[in-house]
Amino acid sequence: MTDKILFTIDGVELAAEPGQTIIEAADAAGIYIPRLCHQPGLNPFGSCRVCTVRCNGRPCSACTQPPAPGMVVENDVPDLQALRAELVEMLFVEGNHFCMFCEKSGRCELQALAYRFGILAPRLDYCWPQREVDMSHPDLLIDHNRCILCARCVRTSQQVDGKNVFQFIGRGTKKRLAVNSRASLAGTDAAAADAAVAACPVGALLKKRVGYAVPMGRRRFDKVPIGSPGDIAPGQEQ
Amino acid sequence: MAKPRIATTSLAGCFGCHMSLLDIDERILQLAELVEFDRSPIDDVKRIAGRCNIGLIEGGCCNEENVAVLRHFREHCDVLVSVGDCATMGGVPAMRNLVPLSECLREAYLDGPTVHNPGKRLPDDPELPLLLNRVYCCHEVVAVDYHLPGCPPSADTLWAAVVALLQGTPVTLPYGLLKFD
Amino acid sequence: MSTDHARTVSQICATYGNDATRLLDICRQVQGTLGCVDDDSIDAIAATLELPRVEVESLVTFYSFLSKQKKGRVVIRLCNDIIDRLLGFDQVLAAFSEELGIEPGQTTADGITLETTACIGMSDQAPAALVNEVPVTELNSDRARLIVRELRRHMDPRRLVTKLGDGNNAHELVRSMVWNNIRRHSSAADDPSGATAGPRLILSPNTRPEAMRKALSISPAEVIRAIKTSRLRGRGGAGFPTGMKWEFTRAAPGTRKVVICNADEGEPGTFKDRVLLTERPDRIFAGMTIAGYAIGANEGILYLRAEYAYLVPYLEMVLRKRREAGLLGPDVLGKGKQCFDIRIQMGAGAYVCGEETALISSCEGRRGDPKNRPPFPAQRGYLGLPTCVNNVETLCAVTKIMEEGPASFCEHGNQQSSGTKLLSVSGDCLRPGIYEVEFGTRLSRVLELAGGEDAIAVQVGGPSGQMVGPDRFDHNICFDDLGTGGSVMLFGPRRNLLEVVHAFLEFFEHESCGYCTPCRVGIVQLRLVLERVMAGRGEPGDLDSMERIGKTMRQASRCGLGQTAANPVLSSLKNLRSVYEALVRPAELGRRRGFDLAAAVHLGEVLAGRQSTHT
Repeated sequence: MTDKILFTIDGVELAAEPGQTIIEAADAAGIYIPRLCHQPGLNPFGSCRVCTVRCNGRPCSACTQPPAPGMVVENDVPDLQALRAELVEMLFVEGNHFCMFCEKSGRCELQALAYRFGILAPRLDYCWPQREVDMSHPDLLIDHNRCILCARCVRTSQQVDGKNVFQFIGRGTKKRLAVNSRASLAGTDAAAADAAVAACPVGALLKKRVGYAVPMGRRRFDKVPIGSPGDIAPGQEQ
Repeated sequence: MAKPRIATTSLAGCFGCHMSLLDIDERILQLAELVEFDRSPIDDVKRIAGRCNIGLIEGGCCNEENVAVLRHFREHCDVLVSVGDCATMGGVPAMRNLVPLSECLREAYLDGPTVHNPGKRLPDDPELPLLLNRVYCCHEVVAVDYHLPGCPPSADTLWAAVVALLQGTPVTLPYGLLKFD
Repeated sequence: MSTDHARTVSQICATYGNDATRLLDICRQVQGTLGCVDDDSIDAIAATLELPRVEVESLVTFYSFLSKQKKGRVVIRLCNDIIDRLLGFDQVLAAFSEELGIEPGQTTADGITLETTACIGMSDQAPAALVNEVPVTELNSDRARLIVRELRRHMDPRRLVTKLGDGNNAHELVRSMVWNNIRRHSSAADDPSGATAGPRLILSPNTRPEAMRKALSISPAEVIRAIKTSRLRGRGGAGFPTGMKWEFTRAAPGTRKVVICNADEGEPGTFKDRVLLTERPDRIFAGMTIAGYAIGANEGILYLRAEYAYLVPYLEMVLRKRREAGLLGPDVLGKGKQCFDIRIQMGAGAYVCGEETALISSCEGRRGDPKNRPPFPAQRGYLGLPTCVNNVETLCAVTKIMEEGPASFCEHGNQQSSGTKLLSVSGDCLRPGIYEVEFGTRLSRVLELAGGEDAIAVQVGGPSGQMVGPDRFDHNICFDDLGTGGSVMLFGPRRNLLEVVHAFLEFFEHESCGYCTPCRVGIVQLRLVLERVMAGRGEPGDLDSMERIGKTMRQASRCGLGQTAANPVLSSLKNLRSVYEALVRPAELGRRRGFDLAAAVHLGEVLAGRQSTHT
C-alpha cells in the first residue's frame, strides 16, 4: 500500500491518494464540496473560491489544497455555507444573469448553487455591466454577460482539446474572456464538438440551434440539488 | 375575527405572476375563504382600503409611478413580498439596464427599424409616468420581507408561500419550488 | 503591418533569444519603441515566439504601462495616490489637462499623453508624476503648465530636471530631482553631536565587502543559523521569518535555485525601497549574494517596479562594478565557493506583482496573476525552481547582520520584532520622509518626529494595512501590534476619512488582478455601499453589509491583495466607527435610504421635458 494521507472532513475520516487535492479526495469518498471552477481532469484553478473550506482552522480552496496527514477540514458548516452563498451572489450581481430566458437554465451550475444555498434574491448591489455577445461563429456563441471567469473553457481547450481557443485579457473588473483571434470566435479553430463548449458551467459558451431541448421539469437541476446523490456526475451531462 | 387582507399589484411586470396566482386552480376558492382581497387587479379595486396583512408585488420599478405604488404598499402592508424575477431582480424589463435610457428610447421610438414616428417625438403625454434611469428591483426601493423568485413563480410556490404567511410560519420553499425561470 | 514594423518586433524578440519567458521584457521594449503593443505587434510577437496570440494579448492587457493603443512620444503619468490628492492632484491634473488641451487618457497631436497612475513612490514629495521615466516632484499647477510648455519645445523629459536631488539622486547616471528625505530623530540644531539621530542600521553608511567575506567564510547552514539567531522577519509586510524561508529553499530538491529581490514597492505611501535602491544598492546586492550562498542559488533577479526605471542605468553600473570587483560572477570573492549573478527584471505597472507569486509569474514573462499555493516558491517558484523572494529592506538587514553579527542586530527592537524598520512617512505632517526606528517605537513618537501630532487618523501599512485613530496612537510599530511594510500616512484635522477609504478602494479596484471572485467583486461592492454612506444615504445595515463583504474577502480571497483589500473599510469601521455612524440613519416608512428618487428620475425628466410630480 502506498502511503495514503489520512485526514478528516467534518469528522469523517478519509484516505487520500498522494497528489490528490481535498476536493478530489472528497469526491472519491462521496462528500460534496460546492464548486464552480473545479472540473475533474483539469489543472486546478482556484478562481471561484466557492469550494473554500477550513483546513486546520485556516480558510483555503479545496480544489487547490492537498490534504496533509491528520488535517482537520471543515466543509458543511454554517459560516462557510454563508460565505459560499455570498460568493455565488457576487457572481450573480457582477454579470447580467437573466435566468428566465437563458438556454442553460435548469442545467446551469451557478443557478444550481443558488438553489442549493436557498438564495432568493441577492442582497448585493447589481452592477449591470455592458458586455458583448459574440455570435460570429457558425455553431457557437459567447455571451459575456453570463461569463463567470472560471477558465473551464480556457483549460479544457488547452488540456483536453489540444487547442488554445480561449484566454483572459485585462485585469480586475476589466478582466474578460478573449479568443485566440484578432476579431472574434469565428476566427479561431473552435468547433462545436470541442470539449471546451460542454465545460462551460453557465450559459456563456453555447452551441447554437440546440437550446431549450430538455423541457422544464426534466432538466438536470429541476428535481435534485447540485452535488446531491441524485445529481449526475459533472461532465456526464449532455 | 376579520379575515386577513391581501393586496396585490403589478409594477414593471407582465401580469404573468398574477396569472400564476390564478393557476392555483380550485385552491382559489379556498383562498377566497381564507382572505379578503384589498387592492388587486384580481378584484379591480384601485386603492388600498385598509391596513393589509400581506402585500404581493409583481414587477420592479421602471418609472416614478411604480415607486409611488410600491411605497404606498410598503406603508399599508405588514408583510411585503416580492413576487417573481422582475420584483426580485428586475427581470426582463431590467434588460434595458444594459443600455443607456436615451439610447433605449431612441431605438424604441425614433430609429428602430419598425418605427413610424414622423413627428420624431418621444412619448411625452403628461399622463405617462416618467421613466427612471434604470429598472430597480423592489428591495432597492423599499424594505421587502420575502422574495419569491421565478418567471413566474409556480402556482405551487405562490400557494406554499401564501399559506405559510397566513399561518404565520416562516416561508421556506422546498427544493423544487425555488426557481429563477 | 509595415515590414519595418515587423522587423523591429522580430529584432526585439531576437534580443531576448526569442524566449517566451522574457515576453514581458519584449513587450516593454516594443511599447518603448513603437509607443504601443498593438494588434500587429501582438501577431508578430506571437508568430516569432510561437505562442497563441491571445497569450500575448493577455499579458499586454494586464500591465498598466503596456497598451494596445498608441501613446505619445512623451507620456505624463500623474500619481493619483491619496497623498497626492490631499496635496493638489486635482489642480495639477486640471493644469496639465488645460495646457495640453486633452482629457486624461488622451494624446495630443504633437504626441504627449496624459494619464493618471497609482502611487509612484514619491509621497513625501507629492504631487508627483512620471514623464516617461523621469520623476517630476512637488508639482503645482504652475509647474505643470511650465512642464508642458518646455516639453513642447524639446520633447525630452530628461531636460525637465534642472535642480538635482540629494545624494545619489544627483549621480550622473540618475540625474533626478528626487529627494531622499532621510530624517534624523532630532534636528541638527537641537543636537549638534547627532547622538540622538536615531538608530542607523539599514541606513548606516555604505557597506564594505565585509559582510560577504564573513558569510562566505562560514558554511551556508551557519549563515542561515546567523539569520535565524537575528530573528529577522520579512520587511515587506507579512513578516515571515527570513531564516526559515531560506532553510525551506535550501532544503528543496534541485540544483538550480533562484533569489529574487522584491523591489516592486507598490504599497501606496511607501518609498523607502526607492531610497535604499538609490543610496544602498551595494547593501541590497550583497544581501542577495549572501542569500544565494545560503540557499545554494546561482541566479539573482532584482524585480524593479516600472516606476523606478530611472534608476536602472545607475543600478546596472553598480552591478557592473560588483562584477569587476569579483563580488558577483563565476567565482564570488575568489573563494571557489559561489557562482552568482544578478539581472534586473523590470515590472510594467501592476501593484499585485508585489505579491511574491505574482512577482514570480511576472518574472516568467506572464500576467502578474498570483499562483496557487502549494507549491510554495521555496519548492517550486520561478520557472519551477526553488525560489526565495525577499524584500529590499530585508536583504539590507541581512548584509548588516552578517557585517556586525546577529547579536548586535537583536539589541534593537523587541522580542517578536528584532532590529529597526524604515518608515515612509507622508501626508499631513511637517517633515515627511524616511525614518529608521526601532521596532516597538510608539506611533505617537513617529508622529512627533514627523511633526504630525494633530493627525485625526493614521494609515499604518498602506491601504492593505489599517487605519487607526488617536486612541491607538500609543500602540507600537512592530509585527504583533501595528505591522507595516513601511507606509505611514498621516491625515490631519480637516480631512474626510471616508474619502481616504474610498480612494483606497478605488486603488484596489484598479490593481486587483481579477482572478478570484471575492476580491474582484467584493471591492466593487464595498465601494458601492461606501458611496451610498458617503452620500448620506446609508442605513445602519449598510455598515453590517460592509463588514460581511469584507470578511468574505478576507477569508476567501486567493492572495494577500484580496485578503487585505477590505482592510481600509474593516479597520476604519473598527477603529473610527463614529465617522460612519454619523452618516447613517435608519430607514423611515420602510423606504430604502439608498434609493434616491430625484436622482433616478432626473434623466427621465430631461428626456420628457417636464418635472416629476412624485419627488
